Amino acid sequence: MHRITVSIKADLPDPRGEALQKDIQDLGITAAVKARVSDIYLLEGDPTKTDVQRICQELLCDPVVQEYSLDETSAAADKDVQVIEVAHNPGVMDPVEESVKKGIQDLGIRTIESVKTAKRYLLQGSLPAEAVNTICDKLLVNPVIQHVVRQQEIVTLPSAIYQFSIETIPLAKMNDEELLELSKNRLWLNLEEMKRVQDHFSKLGRDPTDAELETLAQTWSEHCVHKTFRGKIKLGDTVIDNLLKSTLMQVTNELDKPWCLSVFRDNAGVIDFDGKWAVCFKVETHNHPSAVEPYGGAATGIGGVVRDPLGTGLGAKPIANTDVFCFGPPDYPHEMLPEGVLHPRRIFKGVRAGVADYGNRLGIPTLNGAVLFDERYVGNPLVYCGTVGLLPKDMSQRGQQHPGDLIVVAGGLTGRDGIHGVTFASGDLTAESETVSSSSVQIGNPIVEKKLIDVLLRARDMGLYRRITDCGGGGLSSAIGEMGEETGARVDLEKVSLKYSGLSYTEIWISESQERMLMAVPPDKVDQLLELFASEDVEATVIGEFTDTRRLELFYDGKQVCDLDMKFLHHGLPQLEREAVWETPHHDEPELSPHPDLKQALLRILGSWNVCSKEWVIRQYDHEVQGGSVLKPLVGVSTDGPSDAAIIKPILDSDKGLIISNGINPRYGDVDPYWMAASAIDEALRQVVAVGGDLRQVALLDNFCWGNPEKADRLGSLVRAAQACHDIALIYETPFISGKDSLYNEYETETESICIPPTLLISAMAVMDDTRRTISMDCKQEGDTIYLVGATYNELGGSHYYSTYNCIGNRVPKVDPAKGKKLMDALSNATAKGLVRACHDLSEGGLGVAAAEMAFAGGLGMELHLDKVSLGETMKRDDLILFSESNTRFLVEVSPDNTKQFEEAMAQVDFAEIGGVTATGKLEIHGLNGDRVLSADISELKEAWQKPLRW
Amino acid sequence: MATVKTLILRAPGTNCDGETAFAFEQAGSAVELVHINQLISREKKLSDYRIMVVPGGFTYGDDISGGKILANEIRLNLGDEMRKFVADGKLILGICNGLQVLVKAGVLYGLKGESRHPLTLFSNDSGRFECRWVYLRTKADSPCVFTQGIEKMYLPIAHGEGKLVTESGLTNAAVYYTDERGNLDTGYPSNPNGSTDNIAGICDSTGRVFALMPHPERFIRWTQHPRWTREPPRDVGDGFHIFENAVEWVKSI
Repeated sequence: MHRITVSIKADLPDPRGEALQKDIQDLGITAAVKARVSDIYLLEGDPTKTDVQRICQELLCDPVVQEYSLDETSAAADKDVQVIEVAHNPGVMDPVEESVKKGIQDLGIRTIESVKTAKRYLLQGSLPAEAVNTICDKLLVNPVIQHVVRQQEIVTLPSAIYQFSIETIPLAKMNDEELLELSKNRLWLNLEEMKRVQDHFSKLGRDPTDAELETLAQTWSEHCVHKTFRGKIKLGDTVIDNLLKSTLMQVTNELDKPWCLSVFRDNAGVIDFDGKWAVCFKVETHNHPSAVEPYGGAATGIGGVVRDPLGTGLGAKPIANTDVFCFGPPDYPHEMLPEGVLHPRRIFKGVRAGVADYGNRLGIPTLNGAVLFDERYVGNPLVYCGTVGLLPKDMSQRGQQHPGDLIVVAGGLTGRDGIHGVTFASGDLTAESETVSSSSVQIGNPIVEKKLIDVLLRARDMGLYRRITDCGGGGLSSAIGEMGEETGARVDLEKVSLKYSGLSYTEIWISESQERMLMAVPPDKVDQLLELFASEDVEATVIGEFTDTRRLELFYDGKQVCDLDMKFLHHGLPQLEREAVWETPHHDEPELSPHPDLKQALLRILGSWNVCSKEWVIRQYDHEVQGGSVLKPLVGVSTDGPSDAAIIKPILDSDKGLIISNGINPRYGDVDPYWMAASAIDEALRQVVAVGGDLRQVALLDNFCWGNPEKADRLGSLVRAAQACHDIALIYETPFISGKDSLYNEYETETESICIPPTLLISAMAVMDDTRRTISMDCKQEGDTIYLVGATYNELGGSHYYSTYNCIGNRVPKVDPAKGKKLMDALSNATAKGLVRACHDLSEGGLGVAAAEMAFAGGLGMELHLDKVSLGETMKRDDLILFSESNTRFLVEVSPDNTKQFEEAMAQVDFAEIGGVTATGKLEIHGLNGDRVLSADISELKEAWQKPLRW
Repeated sequence: MATVKTLILRAPGTNCDGETAFAFEQAGSAVELVHINQLISREKKLSDYRIMVVPGGFTYGDDISGGKILANEIRLNLGDEMRKFVADGKLILGICNGLQVLVKAGVLYGLKGESRHPLTLFSNDSGRFECRWVYLRTKADSPCVFTQGIEKMYLPIAHGEGKLVTESGLTNAAVYYTDERGNLDTGYPSNPNGSTDNIAGICDSTGRVFALMPHPERFIRWTQHPRWTREPPRDVGDGFHIFENAVEWVKSI
């Protein structure tokens, strides 16, 4: 084996080393440390000396900035130098290895059989052994995928030879206890479900094979079938039969919008865009994998959601991503971390890097998102990834295969990755999750996915397949099981192309290896399809065919390993029945100080983790690729103000656009999940209207992340949130087109179960007729008038202001959708007429934060009068008016020429002129008695807002 | 006068091909997206085109280093064709990852086949991938065909490895990073990656091979400007002139 170490020349700075130094400091290690990072390539094979030299000089090492050494061990030469070498665990594939192999072949060298990579960290400085261990544990090594290499250790791939033997499970003889034991940590089915399976097979007079049992468990998992949402829920005296159908899908049915082309039936919801093109949207979560391995978990999260549009209709081109993360506070004390939990800062950095590395490489712009923090996310972070796709309208319906069509799997190879990922997501996280689930974590390969996207869209346009879907959770098992429901399918599992040998037929069947898509290909098109894929070096293999038997039949080397009735597979699952309770909690009201310092309060809120600038994250995403950007995530005179929503033009030579926004506020859920859901919808829609859009064609997505639904209180709050979705969306006339739920987001310690705050993300996608009507949130011109549109109520329950008093309160912001719709329609009418110069929606931190952001984004001052604010009820305190978080409110800038027309346009709704834009560079607020109660330089406000995440 | 035909090169991980093609179409060229495999197999001939573009992206994941693997593929398989292409008076443009590829393949050094060149691209000083807009100034006496008549530009960058590093003094700079007022040497973020001598773009001695880190194809219409909602409108974006210049030039050959 040849070992090549490539390092940056000693006299040049090493950016990776510098980043590591900073992370070491962040751990609280004060010793002066200099860090350098090298790449190690281990080449297996029998190359000549010249071959090795050429590989080093022409491929691996850039002589201008790097140097290399051959066959040097990583022993430390000096006692003040620590050398740590980190490699991936066997079976964990680093995409770089494939690229290096290709690069070597391009050089015409055929003597290298395999390539492995590793990293070498050189730490210079007098570090106690304990500190070195901490650095390893907290920064360098994640045991789930990596290990520290001891000297002379050789990392090899698992290449066991697989000996076929069919495994049957003696289900018939099992008692209840044994059934549950079998289910635990493998199938995650409950006793009733296990008994249904037992009963089915006893009628057949045989025991199931492991493949049959696994297929049933995957198909019946919470992740795939959403049994909670589709079950029977008893709440008080009412029984809700199928929460999904009776709330989210119900509103869509009631609204019956002609522009909804395909809703709740495909991998993403599809709406009409311009009569010729359609757009689809899907948001997914990848929470548990991201908790265990943030980088890989988040990267495969984005990789997975991108394949949803790709597998929608006959295939949509991914055109935009949006990401929302929820983490523990970055300054959470290390010593308070539960066992087995990574620090929030490490999770944040890992997730950000994973999403950026994958999304940027795919060339999909990351348009917007949000990052939220709460201590209850420490053990169970949330990672939402969403993708918008574009497809021809006449290809927007899901295809239908014919019996005899071939099953082709394309893209990535199949390995042991992600086995039991779906069932893993259907249980709580525990300290053992790290070890139990190690096979659930995968490293994605974005370039394999990019190649797949490119060639698939060509195959689509050439009409080479009849139906397509993604291989996601549950792998081939779910994809083929679902696709074959109406026909039947027969698969020869040995035909599946593998990453390495040694996989059993069941492992092949349930593997969740990334970057794979599945197609139904007519026999007369298959040669052309395989040739096309080969021409762009994309793997594609025929592994079986669709039949007319309505059975799922699997074979390995001709021997049958599974024979399941599709009807039992898809309709045999007993409907779940669960109890829910709901009691409105009562929180303490804060004892407000008689004369609060409003400037300090505003600075504190601006500098809070939730409100502060996320520029550090945003700039590391490519938000401009594909050239359709109209309104960017950062706007204003110095392009660093927080945009309300993103706008893109999917078709470059048309002015028609798409607005993407999202609403989320888990704090309100601590008071009442009903009003949290209502507020999230209102927020997403406010953002659409604030940037110049309107409510005529807005589609919503719901994403519920909740705790364990087997606990009645968690379920009760879920029901309330879903009911609000129905009630509010109905009046706003904004249908849901797709959604997802991730339940079981709890972290079990020995003593308690820490449940995340119930978190609902509402994502909105709005069609905008003319993107030239876009409005940004930054103040534009001194002398302009500022209006506050919408009424302010004493609604600070769950607000940021109350949180500065460490209180939640009870008066949560509510939504009056009928009034809200009228107000938003009036405002969008005014913006369409060109009467609005800037507009910003009021959300966390209310009027105070919105005014500050609008002023510093525009580099201008603002003078406002709280006594002019239109109040919905009597309010006698300046602080409450300034920081109320009442919904459906906007701060609007109008030039003096347009004020009359604007006021006419808004005549039927609540609004008030509350001040104007000034050249003073100060935000000045006058209280109810006319006195100036707040005066702050916009530079000071901006600094408070930017400082926390200036990493 | 025959139609101008531009070849937009695709390789695994190319991702700015669509908008780059659109920019050339707007500038009056016909475009064709051609996969690197099609050029290597000779299914498509470089000589059938008058402009060749290596667009932005992460070819082969930028594994090992940005653009390295595609650069080797080009150097080892297409050297002769590309040399002739330039000698025939035709144009080559590399954007972002395309710059990394052209530099590492030696296209800016007359493609003599060597694997070693005195210039490379390296990680940004910030150690991060960054997406931001930058002010640019062209070199006044540059032979660069693409930047003729352009003095200043404002364009976005989106890269993690954009720092130009040179072993020897560099003479073929064509575009520099500046601050808002056009001053050089004002540091980060005006020079977003720490590039030597603030260099954002370079050309070869003929002026017909040009490569730059910023993305001109991302600013061809006014509404792509980050402050278009607050500034007086303009007809086209600054980047458009690069494509216009290229198409006009090859019309004459």
